[in-house]
Amino acid sequence: MAKVLVVTSGKGGVGKTTSSAALGAALAHGGEKVVVIDFDVGLRNLDLVMGAERRVVFDLINVVQGDAKLNQALIRDKRLENLSLLPASQTRDKDALTEEGVARVLDELRQKFDWIICDSPAGIERGATMAMRHADVAVVVTNPEVSSVRDSDRIIGLLDSKTELAEKGGRIEKHLLLTRYDPVRAERGEMLKVDDVLEILSIPLIGIIPESEEVLRASNVGSPVTLNNPASAPGRAYFDAVRRLKGETVELTIPTDKKGLFGKLFGRRAA
Amino acid sequence: MNLLSFFNRRTSAPVARERLQILLAHERGIVGGKPDLVAQLREEILAVVRRHVMVEQDNVQVKMNRDSDISTLEIEIEIPAPVAARA
Repeated sequence: MAKVLVVTSGKGGVGKTTSSAALGAALAHGGEKVVVIDFDVGLRNLDLVMGAERRVVFDLINVVQGDAKLNQALIRDKRLENLSLLPASQTRDKDALTEEGVARVLDELRQKFDWIICDSPAGIERGATMAMRHADVAVVVTNPEVSSVRDSDRIIGLLDSKTELAEKGGRIEKHLLLTRYDPVRAERGEMLKVDDVLEILSIPLIGIIPESEEVLRASNVGSPVTLNNPASAPGRAYFDAVRRLKGETVELTIPTDKKGLFGKLFGRRAA
Repeated sequence: MNLLSFFNRRTSAPVARERLQILLAHERGIVGGKPDLVAQLREEILAVVRRHVMVEQDNVQVKMNRDSDISTLEIEIEIPAPVAARA
């Protein structure tokens, strides 16, 4: 049974696209058939983060409106054959996303894939509501910072009221993914701690992604961090998050990029 | 308390936490349409106190803690000395 997962946050720039790509690639690496859909119509970036920007021919809007077949718009990843991308349109606006159209595309994708990851745009408007509308599971991406936590709280409220599942009286499964976390600053009292954010948002934690230069290095070269450097701290953190998503119990740790003296002296390698 | 926090008592994260807890308890009531019990208690307790004494917003300290098992609401109100005493 296919699962529709929305990666959402309310606030922009917290790591939705990075996380969608990293989680998608990690799931695919484990043998699952995965498609990642970019819902950010007009401001697409998932194609760039996944290194497929020159292979976009048709997009989500073309499929929603019936101008292209799903198979014409799906882009298969060059590194993992069971990972696909459905890009957003760069020239249209979010009003082109109709609820029936999106539902039809998702139904078709459910036949072909195990996981359908919907990368939500920022905000609470049409793009974001369409991305979460048909989801079974939500990953709420939050930075340990006041505005991000506030916006996540708002998004959690929408997940509990505006999704199809919620309207039918069901309860959408929600998980918190804390990104850009710096355990040293949190310990010094300069940053909200994991427990602070958990207490405020009161949804279960799926992972803590430490602040790391590996994330930028991966997006620079157009590769999800879980593929570009699976052994890096964020890479391992995303792999752990995926195991928890699949229902495994994994001890919660915050991976670090350990550097020896040599690494500290000559650490500035090029990507 | 470790040595570091001893020398650096004025940390900012606890302030962030407090501000968020108070703001969100309030916003959840407005946006969700389902008033949060702790937030509602806070408003009503303050309203009762204001019926009897004038309380400046600055003289009210509210702390809320939310957990899965237990939530706490701490309200500290500085009540001004009665007018008769001052005269």
